Amino acid sequence: MNAVLRPLKIVIVGHVDHGKSTLVGRLLHETGSLPDGKVENLRAVCDKRGMPFEWAFVMDALQAERDQGITIDTSQIPFKTALRPYVIIDAPGHKEFLKNMVTGAASAEAAVLVIDALEGVQEQSRRHGYLLHLLGLRQLAVVVNKMDAVAFSQERFDAVSAEIRAYLGEIGVSPTHIIPIAARHGDNMVSRSERTPWYQGPTVVQALDAFQPAAEATALPLRFPVQDIYKFDHRRIVAGRIESGRLKVGDRLLFSPSGKTARVASIESWNAPAQSVAVAGQSVGVTLDEQIFIERGQIASLLEQPPMGSDLFRARLFWLGRTPLTEGRRYKLKLATAEHIVAVEKVERVIDVTDLATAESRSVERNAVAEVLLRAAGPVALDPFTDNPRTGRFVLVDQYDIVGGGVISMDGLPDSRCAPSVVGQDLTAVQHKVTPQSRAAANRHRGGVIWLTGLSGAGKSSISMEVERRLFHRGFQVFTLDGDNIRQGLNSDLGFGPEDRAENIRRIGEVANLFVQAGMVVITSFISPYRADRDRARAANPTSFHEVWVKAGVEECKRRDPKGLYAKAVAGTIPDFTGISAPYEEPLHPELVLDTEKLSLEETVDRLIRYIERDMQREPGVDLESRPDASI
Amino acid sequence: MTSDLDALEAQSIFILREAFNRIDKIAMLWSIGKDSNVMLWLARKAFFGHVPFPVIHVDTSYKIPEMIEFRERYAREWNLPLIIGGNKAALAEGMSPDRGRVTCCSALKTEPLKEVIREHGFTGIIAGIRRDEEGTRAKERVFSPRNAAAEWDFKDQPPEFWDQFKTDFAPGTHLRIHPLLHWGELDVWRYIERENIPMVDLYFAKNGRRYRSLGCAPCTGTVESNATTVAEIIEELRTTKTSERSGRAQDKESEDAFERLRQQGYM
Ligand SMILES: Nc1nc2c(ncn2[C@@H]2O[C@H](COP(=O)(O)OP(=O)(O)OP(=O)(O)O)[C@@H](O)[C@H]2O)c(=O)[nH]1
Ligand SMILES: [Mg+2]
Repeated sequence: MNAVLRPLKIVIVGHVDHGKSTLVGRLLHETGSLPDGKVENLRAVCDKRGMPFEWAFVMDALQAERDQGITIDTSQIPFKTALRPYVIIDAPGHKEFLKNMVTGAASAEAAVLVIDALEGVQEQSRRHGYLLHLLGLRQLAVVVNKMDAVAFSQERFDAVSAEIRAYLGEIGVSPTHIIPIAARHGDNMVSRSERTPWYQGPTVVQALDAFQPAAEATALPLRFPVQDIYKFDHRRIVAGRIESGRLKVGDRLLFSPSGKTARVASIESWNAPAQSVAVAGQSVGVTLDEQIFIERGQIASLLEQPPMGSDLFRARLFWLGRTPLTEGRRYKLKLATAEHIVAVEKVERVIDVTDLATAESRSVERNAVAEVLLRAAGPVALDPFTDNPRTGRFVLVDQYDIVGGGVISMDGLPDSRCAPSVVGQDLTAVQHKVTPQSRAAANRHRGGVIWLTGLSGAGKSSISMEVERRLFHRGFQVFTLDGDNIRQGLNSDLGFGPEDRAENIRRIGEVANLFVQAGMVVITSFISPYRADRDRARAANPTSFHEVWVKAGVEECKRRDPKGLYAKAVAGTIPDFTGISAPYEEPLHPELVLDTEKLSLEETVDRLIRYIERDMQREPGVDLESRPDASI
Repeated sequence: MTSDLDALEAQSIFILREAFNRIDKIAMLWSIGKDSNVMLWLARKAFFGHVPFPVIHVDTSYKIPEMIEFRERYAREWNLPLIIGGNKAALAEGMSPDRGRVTCCSALKTEPLKEVIREHGFTGIIAGIRRDEEGTRAKERVFSPRNAAAEWDFKDQPPEFWDQFKTDFAPGTHLRIHPLLHWGELDVWRYIERENIPMVDLYFAKNGRRYRSLGCAPCTGTVESNATTVAEIIEELRTTKTSERSGRAQDKESEDAFERLRQQGYM
């Protein structure tokens, strides 16, 4: 059988009426790709409508499109040059149909941006350029069309070229070529036009032939999202498409985010030779050596190169919904085969694609681009888009409709790699012979974690040390874990990047939990800026965990600046400083809020002591051992 | 991936598996033509030799007899859960292409299809259309919603990108799923050759003519050809400049005949 090249997918984009469909129609004609009779048929159609011949009608097949002279929906058509086959995707330019433009553009490997020589760079020229970049498309040629309408003026061509080059330069795209053409008349389409003697560059066809096919994802780490589990016969087959990398029989797969693992026992197929290796792009089915419970949505990887697992992530997204995306709203997120409910934690900035200005807003309008923070109820297996586009992008669904798409970035967020849950599976906890109740009876209070969180300078240390002192004098078994003290010892190996912060808090959570088991009241005094980390600490001992928000605004803390840290952070000498160059996620449902801007130290200490006594101290005269549930 | 056909196949399998997983009541249309035979084959690839949903054939009674023979034989051999639809009432009162080809098509194909969908409560119908066949199909989505009257709102189609398909839809509406949308006619024949997929004899030339597209006898013509094997058909298609549906009369009644048919729920 002849080896046949896979067609290269090219999308044609640009502002409404700049001549995209005309370019496609004419290109097909010039390369002899139209079936016999097509041109005659279209001529008859145009005659009947009493209009001059319109090349755009090759693509604009819908009546409504022909009536209005506008492309409504994207269409795809195959064509060939001497070099290779192509699929040409014609996209609509009208803003109203941006969803259709995205539909066409998202699958392309390269693009041609069409700009009308008379009108020059317009709003959708910029928007389309921006979206192509966001979608991950890196090869772009520009054509300046309708050169006949500007008398093939080199000066005009240079002006338009400079304008679009400047815009694209700002978003980090440099066009492979900029070509002056008259699509309707065929100038510089397949052969160099005599009407542009000043132009020495390639024709449109040459520019297409100069594009490179997208690289195979085989070289990236394995990502094999589970699409379904089949049990049609004796086999239990895990089916899915390999999005990147390769797998082979015998590989141990890690399924994220569940953390389960098993080995590939076989690669199944029907009417095909047996395979022992499968690679990116293939839709396969594998059987496993162990019958572990896995479901659609898990992403299989090799143990050494798992995806990240995070409930909080940042995305740059384009919004197509009729109602704006708003902070606090929930949407269904679809990433590979997984679905999660996510809430919009924050709209960080809205980007005006025409001038690249950014604005603050709590919502994102239709067709706009924004950076947002999304939070899921549990960990989502994902990759940053720049690491692996196929598992680093998602769509959002509202009701029945896809309303937006986004690409993921984990900048400034903890990198928690999905880890196999087998670690520690051989451990069994040994039972203590002293019960928590006995300890509580002896101490006359039960144990618990008082988890102070708040900005640097909010007052955590002053409060914790004073509370510790006063509780101690009232007979409490109490100890304070304080940021700097712990960082000098237990956590001296950790820095201040997001991952290290997460690990710092994880260890403190575990240590605090040991104190609680020992029957003590432990006050932790750490900024602990990430909600997820605090939630994890709470999860270690949910019934004895008390989140206390020591609340003061950044401005106030900056003013106090007891350790001179804010000054350094503002000057840029301390990186990743919470409140300045790293986020602080305010508690959503703290057990107690101590507002240190409104209350004096004395008042906050009193409040916290009252809270602790109420919650943890035994009631007078009640014998703790004799209470059946001992859950005072 | 080794070849372009592997890539086409893998994408179709992915689509079929998405449809099977996401949609409750699903069925596949089997017109007995080359595309639907390939589609059925791809289903057996996707589901490891099984066809885990019903296969619908809408019989207009005007089908060419060889097609019905083929259907009976392979429904048995491949153990297909077959549903045969048809508009008996319209036939009884004399529906035929003489009443207008579009009228006939919608009475004998679209209407019985809608009836089967209603009767069985299907929420997903897999159809083997391709973009390169015709202008409105070139604009189709892989997962394409139809309203409660099975109509296609081609002026406002949902976005579809990154292989994230529209899988949520209102009760009473359904989806058309198009696993072959990205295939070309030549790809189909090359795949038939590679996989050795059985085909109705009508595709192969007799006395200098063959069918390039199969529909109802009165409305589907033959084309001039000497291709008597799959390999010869492939050779022929590499050079031809006539369009595939040139033998199909219902497309030609007026500029928008086919658009109207499809808008009403035709494949
Ligand atoms: N003078 C001149 N007119 C052109 C040229 N190319 C296209 N046009 C005309 O520009 C108009 C718009 O062309 P289309 O191809 O429909 O534009 P489009 O970019 O596809 O428009 P949308 O898809 O609706 O965004 C048509 O009337 C074309 O005939 C050209 O090279 N010169
Ligand atoms: Mg157009």
